[in-house]
Amino acid sequence: MGKRYLMKGNEAIGEAAIIAGCRAYFCYPITPQTEVAEYLAKRMPEVGGVFLQGESELAVSYMLFGAAAGGSKVFTTSSSPGISLMQEGLSYIAAAELPVVVVNVMRNGPGLGGILPAQSDYFQAVKGGGHGDYRSIVLAPATVQEAVDLVILAFRLAEKYRNPAMLVADGMIGQMMEPVEIPDGGETPSPEIAGHEAWATVGAKGRRQNLIKTLFLDPTLAYNLNVKLQAKYRRVEQEEVRFEPIDADGPLDVLLVSFGTMSRICRTAAQQLGRAGLRVGILRPISLYPFPAAAVREAASRAKLVVSVELSMGQMLEDVDRAVQGRAPVRFYGTAGGKVPTPDEVAGGIRALVDETRREHPAHGKES
Amino acid sequence: MATPVFTRPASLTTAITHYCPGCTHGVIHRLVAESLDELGVRERTVGIAPVGCAVLAYNYFTVDFQEAAHGRAPAMATGLKRTRPGLIVFTYQGDGDLASIGTNEILHAANRGEKITVIFVNNAIYGMTGGQLAPTTMPGQVTTTTPRGRDTGLTGHPLRVAELLATLRTPGYVVRTAVHTAAMIVDAKRCIKRAFALQKDNVCFSFVEVLSTCPTNWGLTPVESTQWLEKNMMPYFRLGELKFTEE
Repeated sequence: MGKRYLMKGNEAIGEAAIIAGCRAYFCYPITPQTEVAEYLAKRMPEVGGVFLQGESELAVSYMLFGAAAGGSKVFTTSSSPGISLMQEGLSYIAAAELPVVVVNVMRNGPGLGGILPAQSDYFQAVKGGGHGDYRSIVLAPATVQEAVDLVILAFRLAEKYRNPAMLVADGMIGQMMEPVEIPDGGETPSPEIAGHEAWATVGAKGRRQNLIKTLFLDPTLAYNLNVKLQAKYRRVEQEEVRFEPIDADGPLDVLLVSFGTMSRICRTAAQQLGRAGLRVGILRPISLYPFPAAAVREAASRAKLVVSVELSMGQMLEDVDRAVQGRAPVRFYGTAGGKVPTPDEVAGGIRALVDETRREHPAHGKES
Repeated sequence: MATPVFTRPASLTTAITHYCPGCTHGVIHRLVAESLDELGVRERTVGIAPVGCAVLAYNYFTVDFQEAAHGRAPAMATGLKRTRPGLIVFTYQGDGDLASIGTNEILHAANRGEKITVIFVNNAIYGMTGGQLAPTTMPGQVTTTTPRGRDTGLTGHPLRVAELLATLRTPGYVVRTAVHTAAMIVDAKRCIKRAFALQKDNVCFSFVEVLSTCPTNWGLTPVESTQWLEKNMMPYFRLGELKFTEE
């Protein structure tokens, strides 16, 4: 058992990285996640780690590259516009197969947008983000406790697959205080990446050159790298799917698919709808990539309606639709601009979609 | 048996370089390699290759290497050196890479005083992409994107990076040299070795700008190129130490 603390999400994210053994953090200030930097500016020196505020998010993404290529666990945190600037570096990091952890405390966009909670970086996070055929492993916490647990998991997965792993939270999770149990890890994990001696650039003492590069002018070599990456992503899709079903057993009037902050609002909305006689289940993806497609499909086959509920204008909707494969009608409920709906609004929106579907699909929609 | 008087530095591989005839990258590579050998740091050195003609530099050195994105080598060097302070870390960058797309990264790495060495090869043109305008291109110089010559009214005057960095308080060693004559090669060697020695002693950020020729994209013979460099580049890009810290 670990110790329990009342912690702000952003600070808990910083402490979780320390628990995971990370001793190198590079950052650039941006709301709503700057508390991570402020926390680690004090904490990293206490544990003998590296804290450095870079000149831009672009530069930070290459500081991550340089440190990871040297075999060190490393991470950064930022928010949507800053994460956009890091996409160049993340493409190189994915191509070089370097383990790096990135936390995106999402804010509303596009453009400078605003600083309020949003989930509108879903496409950017799960479909690649930068140039080229690559994927990041993407995890989405719904509580401060889960943010801690998933940061620690992200370091494990990044190291296991030698791939960028990204946590997508939002200002709600970053800013709120919740009780957290900080795991008592026993032995502190190593700040170095396991097995790095085989490939990291730490000086060619008594061996041939280690080289971390992403340029392959020979099309066969460039193709081979892509094939290797795709094989890795297939393995990630087999082994790393994570989700939480909430009251999603048996026949359902409506299945909500929702992650992070929005899934918490859905819980309350589902209880309201349940009291009004609807059987509402929730499937909460924890890994956004790999997406829990099989679980969504199975639950959808027992549902009269599936609704993707998001703090965006409908991005995960495309993955939900693809997973359901026509087993039930798929609709969307969501909002943007940092407007976080109340449980009443979500319940009302879902109710309206249920009624609409009953009119359009009488076979699906008859009262059970 | 005769004693060899001239041998290949252990820091260089036996690979034949891809550089054009008359290009001075090969000479500068050798000077870096000799310096690493003589300082005894080869086995704890990591190079960061740029995007540009020297993108394949890692093929010619026996030390560990990382390959950067265009302009980002100083940021990568920062990440590596901060987490592995026992390493000798150097970037090797051209003028398109360092003086155009990478100005932010070089300026801030220098200003933070990263304990790294930067070898900046300035040939006043983009080489690998085939001879376009660089920030360092001379006024009136014809490139593929300034077919009537660089018009300073449209694109400004050549950027003097060494002078720019010398205005900063933190960087300890900023120098400009050249390799177009035997005498200048000796000078360049002294500067490069000194830059690495300062890093070895953990003293300061060190920056060596080396004026270089690009016969292929200048459209001149190698001999004409050295004359063009002396006549056009050297009066504007003055050689010498711009900043110097005593150990």
